[in-house]
Amino acid sequence: MTTPVIETDGLAKRFGRKWGLRDCTLSVPPGKVAALVGPNGAGKSTLLRMAAGLSRPTSGLIRVLGRVPSANDASLLQRVGYLDQERPLYRGFRVEEMFRFGEGTNPRWNMARAQAYVDQLGISLRDRVNGLSGGQQAQVALTMCLAKQPELLVLDEPAAELDPVAREDLLRLLMREVAEQGTNVVLSTHALGDVGSICDYLIIMTHSRVVLADDLEFVVESHRFLSATSSNAPALPEGVTVIDTRTSSRDVTHLARITLPLGDETWQVAVPTLDEIIMAYLRRGRDSGSSPSPDDSTTANGGVS
Amino acid sequence: MTEKQPSILFRLDPRSGIAPYRQLVDQVRRAVETGRLRGGDQLPSVREVVGQVTINPNTVHRAYRELENRGLAEGRLGLGTFVTENPDVHATEAGNVELIRQLQLWAKRARAAGLLDDDMLELLRQILNRDERVRS
Repeated sequence: MTTPVIETDGLAKRFGRKWGLRDCTLSVPPGKVAALVGPNGAGKSTLLRMAAGLSRPTSGLIRVLGRVPSANDASLLQRVGYLDQERPLYRGFRVEEMFRFGEGTNPRWNMARAQAYVDQLGISLRDRVNGLSGGQQAQVALTMCLAKQPELLVLDEPAAELDPVAREDLLRLLMREVAEQGTNVVLSTHALGDVGSICDYLIIMTHSRVVLADDLEFVVESHRFLSATSSNAPALPEGVTVIDTRTSSRDVTHLARITLPLGDETWQVAVPTLDEIIMAYLRRGRDSGSSPSPDDSTTANGGVS
Repeated sequence: MTEKQPSILFRLDPRSGIAPYRQLVDQVRRAVETGRLRGGDQLPSVREVVGQVTINPNTVHRAYRELENRGLAEGRLGLGTFVTENPDVHATEAGNVELIRQLQLWAKRARAAGLLDDDMLELLRQILNRDERVRS
């Protein structure tokens, strides 16, 4: 199947007089663990909530697994697992009571799998939710999501505020699910280290716009540092889009997106790390203020797709 | 649980700047070189690797495919991925005798010209960084 798991076209959401998301056009291919990265307020949560059918667009279109999500379309929402940082658990419930609640509200619920997951995590069905550590609560919340057997998991900062061991356990539980069930995942995160290890698709948002969306492997291959002495910096090679520029008293260094092989010998070339690439986009987003134009970058051949 | 011990324990350094699939490939290659992995040894399944390190399963598939392409491992249908019998870790080098000879000659001349090892590595890196891996 090649239907995108999430597809948006000119998607926008306004809260009163403020835009939570504007002009968002995006297509997440199937079979990916996609990372959604961007500063707070970029519109990540707004986008994810709309994907989960919890919020309706002000304008524009969103399709999830090929269909328009709505609170009335139960058959679509059953195929989507959504989890945000609130981790909606009933604190006074025992784990088994949470599971029975899940079973009663989800026709695709797989009780055996839910029990196997918490068993592997060393959590007892008799444990009360409010007696569990924060990490264990996060694991139970994710288990509730996984037991629905969703085709798409939409996770809003699933590992935020967890200690390093708990976040590792949670992400491993998630990766095991991807390995065994082939579940599609779209998750937002501020932890750039996680992006490189668990994700294979990257979406960067700033000011409610998508500034980069591509396979992770290609993201690294298509960006380079270009350095030269500022006094006689040569013209930029063809096919180069500057994302971020840093200058010293002598040198200028661009982090650039390249679309053609660099034949030019006059620029010093270095390969950036994934973190450096993401930071360059985020820094540009911050510096360009709240009203960016689609091509506010120096571009020799087209803009940023 | 009665799961058998895996033949290799992978590590992943997300800060190294080296692509995760590449890190797995290098670790298998080194284990074969040093004899910690032998011909016929079964590599852990994708599920097992995902249980060992926090990694995207697609990345593990990718690494195993790369190992197969290099002749270091082979997939056996329904059984898993195994280290090749008599894996030739230097296969690549053996096939490139002439290239290595030229490189040795070049290194000699570069040293005579006063270049330090780091300078030579940087030069090579510069050349490789300009290469044509760009998707058209």
